[in-house]
Amino acid sequence: MTTQPAGAASSSPKTLYDKLWKAHVVAEMGDGAALLYIDRHLVHEVTSPQAFDGLRLNGRKPWRLAANLAVADHNVPTTDRSQGIADPISRTQVDALDSNCDEFGITEFRMSDLRQGIVHVIGPEQGATLPGMTVVCGDSHTSTHGAFGALAFGIGTSEVEHALATQTLVQKKSRSMRVTVRGKVAPGITAKDIVLAIIGRIGTAGGNGSTIEFAGEAIAALSMEGRMTVCNMAIEAGARAGIIAVDQTTIDYVKGRPFAPKGENWDKAVIWWNTLHSDAGAKFDSEVLIEAADIKPQVTWGTSPEMVVPVDGRVPDPAKEVDATRRQGMERALQYMGLTANTPINEIRIDKVFIGSCTNSRIEDLRAAAQVVGGKRIASNVKLAMVVPGSGLVKQQAEKEGLDRVFLDAGFEWREPGCSMCLGMNADRLSPGERCASTSNRNFEGRQGQGGRTHLVSPAMAAAAAIAGHFVDIRG
Amino acid sequence: MQTFTQVTGLTLPLDRANVDTDAIIPKQYLKSIKRSGFGPFLFDDWRYLDAGDLDIDPATRRPNPEFVLNQPRYKGASVLLARENFGCGSSREHAVWALSDYGFRTVIAPSFADIFFNNSYKTGFLPIVLKDEEIDALFVEAQAEGYRLTVDLPEQTVRTPGGKSFRFDIDPFRKDCLVRGLDEIGLTLQQSEVIRAYEARRKQEAPWLFA
Ligand code: SF4
Repeated sequence: MTTQPAGAASSSPKTLYDKLWKAHVVAEMGDGAALLYIDRHLVHEVTSPQAFDGLRLNGRKPWRLAANLAVADHNVPTTDRSQGIADPISRTQVDALDSNCDEFGITEFRMSDLRQGIVHVIGPEQGATLPGMTVVCGDSHTSTHGAFGALAFGIGTSEVEHALATQTLVQKKSRSMRVTVRGKVAPGITAKDIVLAIIGRIGTAGGNGSTIEFAGEAIAALSMEGRMTVCNMAIEAGARAGIIAVDQTTIDYVKGRPFAPKGENWDKAVIWWNTLHSDAGAKFDSEVLIEAADIKPQVTWGTSPEMVVPVDGRVPDPAKEVDATRRQGMERALQYMGLTANTPINEIRIDKVFIGSCTNSRIEDLRAAAQVVGGKRIASNVKLAMVVPGSGLVKQQAEKEGLDRVFLDAGFEWREPGCSMCLGMNADRLSPGERCASTSNRNFEGRQGQGGRTHLVSPAMAAAAAIAGHFVDIRG
Repeated sequence: MQTFTQVTGLTLPLDRANVDTDAIIPKQYLKSIKRSGFGPFLFDDWRYLDAGDLDIDPATRRPNPEFVLNQPRYKGASVLLARENFGCGSSREHAVWALSDYGFRTVIAPSFADIFFNNSYKTGFLPIVLKDEEIDALFVEAQAEGYRLTVDLPEQTVRTPGGKSFRFDIDPFRKDCLVRGLDEIGLTLQQSEVIRAYEARRKQEAPWLFA
């Protein structure tokens, strides 16, 4: 744990994390812990019912209603919704969210609302996520919102209840890590490739106990969509949160969004937001440097996001791993994935393609995939290729641009927004043994369906795999 | 919250690194809106040979005899021994609820994923970090039939049947909450005025946050 020496704090250069932390401390609790104020609490159906029950049980009310925004995303069907949710257990959970939001007076985008979508897509889209905020949600990928220079992290259900009831959380200051991606990426290299390469380097536990600030020319060059992709996967590197400094790209994105400040408040906000970057000379507990030019399109081969190689590489050989625990992990992963060591990645044939999830379902992702697909057909061995936009508004925008036609003409399915096959809590799943090129963030065993085999890739790589029927190097 | 002081229990070694929350409790069970009843689905994909769901009676399923949890010698285990980065993945507190509901009171590992680690304390469940070499030694010892470790929270030690003792660190506030079974929300609400004062100040500095 880092603790600022008393007195020295005000003059020494600060990290962005220090600034965000300091602005939200309600009370110091000693030993690096503090009661931290929460500006925005996003709520979804899976991790909230027991928290609302807790409030009822103790006769408590939400502390500040306007700080909360709710949406159902994990259980919602991505096919025709006019009949509601077929699975009674899923329906019960979504109904519980609706009735809890009604009872307590929390704003919720219902399933029929055009603004409905994945919680980490709609927060930014609505301007409910703003620079400098603390943002929490009962979901690990809350790290996504750090792209805005916000301190955003996932919490469990007990903390959801705590945030609802008190607008605060008891938190301990994390260590700080900076990952600098120096220089420019090669053409065709996306935010997804950058973050997978980072995880490949530092490992899935590399960021444990840390807040990672992503910095460097390659990060600054990313759009907000790209920055969200990078921060989204900070959690896959084990980090508590990922953050990126505020710049003009951030401010331009936020401007005019429904929940964003207006008029005089906007001007005031921008003044503060422009200070949200790490000061020159600020000290981090650890630093990692990655050369952007070295990053190639990435494909995971195993059951952990750190098990990743460039598309022109091969499935690694456990025999070459000296550490016994790691070797066993690799062997188990190969067996689960049905892969043989040393197989070239571009010879791996796929059964399904999933373009979606809070990592890669924003308009820019769909444009990138559509560009690859344009005018071609999915390969005959691909049983299902689906595009699931991150929100109703993303879907609407994509349709305005004709992207839906591009996908449909190529044989893709064009679905309603939600988490979908990222984790298959709704009807969208892999069957045992099926292999999927997926733009989501986790390739854990059974994540997309029991026995399903997930390869994480960028939207363009997923689209190219759908056309070829196997992984291909989009640079070629 | 359930208090935690001292636990002596049969120790189950789970010799895998990066045990993720999808493995601890798969997604289909997250549809439950209750806080209990997850024990029979703990490590579901590894534990059963056939697929399960909330509406399938676990008693009718085929257990995987190979999986360590199903070996008769570990019946009734309450101390889980694990490898690095335990609990990585999603924020689902259901993972902790499943471990608790099954009967585990504590998990000992060289490192944990952050959210899992935080969630544990909220449920009276104790995550303990020991050094790599200590964990290695415990994995060797835990091969013995009927191996029981004693976890003493007030003393902050893990004691082996042979009398070895390993010390662990814990944040004093968390320790206090666990030992006394305190309700953290109730504690925070005692500071309501401090929170209101913060809000009043913040409203001046950043009015857009309260618009
Ligand atoms: S899209 Fe996937 S990772 Fe994102 S919130 Fe939904 S289930 Fe979680």
